[in-house]
Amino acid sequence: MSPEQTDVLIIGAGPAGLAAALAAASSTARIVLLDDNPLAGGQIWRDGPQAELPEQARSLRERVLGHPNVRHCPGTRVIASAGPNTLLVEDAERGWQIRYDKLILCTGARELLLPFPGWTLPGVTGAGGLQALIKAGLPVRDQALVIAGSGPLLLASAATARHNGARIVRIAEQAARGAVAGFAAQLPRWPHKLLQSFSLFDRQYRTGTHVLAALGSDRLEGVRLSQQGNIVEVACDRLACGFGLIPNSQLGQALGCALEQQALAVDGWQATSVAGVYAAGECSGFGGSELALVEGAIAGHAAVGEHPAAQALWTRRARWQGFARALNRAFALNPALKALATADTLVCRCEDVAYAELSGHVGWREAKLASRCGMGACQGRVCGAAVQHLFGWQPSAPRPPFSPARIETLLCLEDISS
Amino acid sequence: MPELILDGRPLRVPDGTSVAAALALGGDGCARTSVSGQRRAPLCGMGICQECRVNIDGRRRLACQTLCRDGMHVETRP
Repeated sequence: MSPEQTDVLIIGAGPAGLAAALAAASSTARIVLLDDNPLAGGQIWRDGPQAELPEQARSLRERVLGHPNVRHCPGTRVIASAGPNTLLVEDAERGWQIRYDKLILCTGARELLLPFPGWTLPGVTGAGGLQALIKAGLPVRDQALVIAGSGPLLLASAATARHNGARIVRIAEQAARGAVAGFAAQLPRWPHKLLQSFSLFDRQYRTGTHVLAALGSDRLEGVRLSQQGNIVEVACDRLACGFGLIPNSQLGQALGCALEQQALAVDGWQATSVAGVYAAGECSGFGGSELALVEGAIAGHAAVGEHPAAQALWTRRARWQGFARALNRAFALNPALKALATADTLVCRCEDVAYAELSGHVGWREAKLASRCGMGACQGRVCGAAVQHLFGWQPSAPRPPFSPARIETLLCLEDISS
Repeated sequence: MPELILDGRPLRVPDGTSVAAALALGGDGCARTSVSGQRRAPLCGMGICQECRVNIDGRRRLACQTLCRDGMHVETRP
């Protein structure tokens, strides 16, 4: 089977990917918009039976998906690089290759999930993770919730949970009161964000507070917290815990794109270090949906050679980059969070590898070979980021298949090369 | 309102419900059993962690990225 051909291939249909598609579609370019979720919108605009989508999201989604130049492939994952400018992809039914002239990576971010005693108990999720699960129909009515970790996502997750009938018994923000207050004081520079943060504010919000352990035997029953220096225990049905976001840079890394800190490095056109490959949104550094939208539009225009249209958006991008910098400073992680795991706390949840099996090693590769940490189904996406935070080990670029795939899909590599 | 079969029991859910949500609507919320025998439930909710992998009509799928469909067979064990 010969590869599908397209002018622009966009990976990820969140705000950045949708904006990139719309910008690129103003030319005559053919666009394929690929996403591993069943519906477009990414994480922030995840639709579902218990989601409330902003009008802006609904209208952007309709304009992009209704555009004659755009082919949307939902529920589709990238499995491997299949040669120059070609990716092997898979959906629920089949695997196939797509050949592109330009590639725009809008792969978003995931939560930093750090291991602590009890974090593998059913009832413990990520903070954004719980929000995503609720939007897709997870029942939380009358359940007691503790939301912990760091960043504005805690408030957003709490708001979604409360809207769906949950009781929020505590929001534990690890950052100190001064840092959070300093950030809030800067919000008038971005009035729209100020409005958002007030509507999200919650009287159970505590700064300088972090999780110590999830309690329970077969399922979560409560949480032990370090709350402004005191140890407290809170009974709850669910704990949603996330320590901020980390860029999904793996696909870009596998294609040879350079990193800057943990994100894909880009220039003013959102171009990566690899010719013809662009990156926009959280995978190129955090800043929220407003920054993702403008970066996506710049990448989309640049990819089809419309540089003046791209450049016209630079001022708007700079404004939201300022917001991102303030955010990242305020929610820097407390070093105490590196000491949450005990010897028998599982760090790798795929292969059930405990902290004690890792702590003696000098690097990621050695630890992996000795313990199988990071060699399971998630390919180190969770534990790799955790050990980078805990031990400073740099995870290696992922090797194909980038996610578990069917044999029939992998055979599509053979078809064309032979 | 699709009706699926979750671990042998019928379950009707609202349109657009993910299989991950259905696990909690019709059971104890767990998706799989880990290599050391612990029951696990969805963690990241966004297709990263693979904790929610279940068997759907004979294929391994992520519950959080799969929408419930009429007649779907979902297995969370062993």
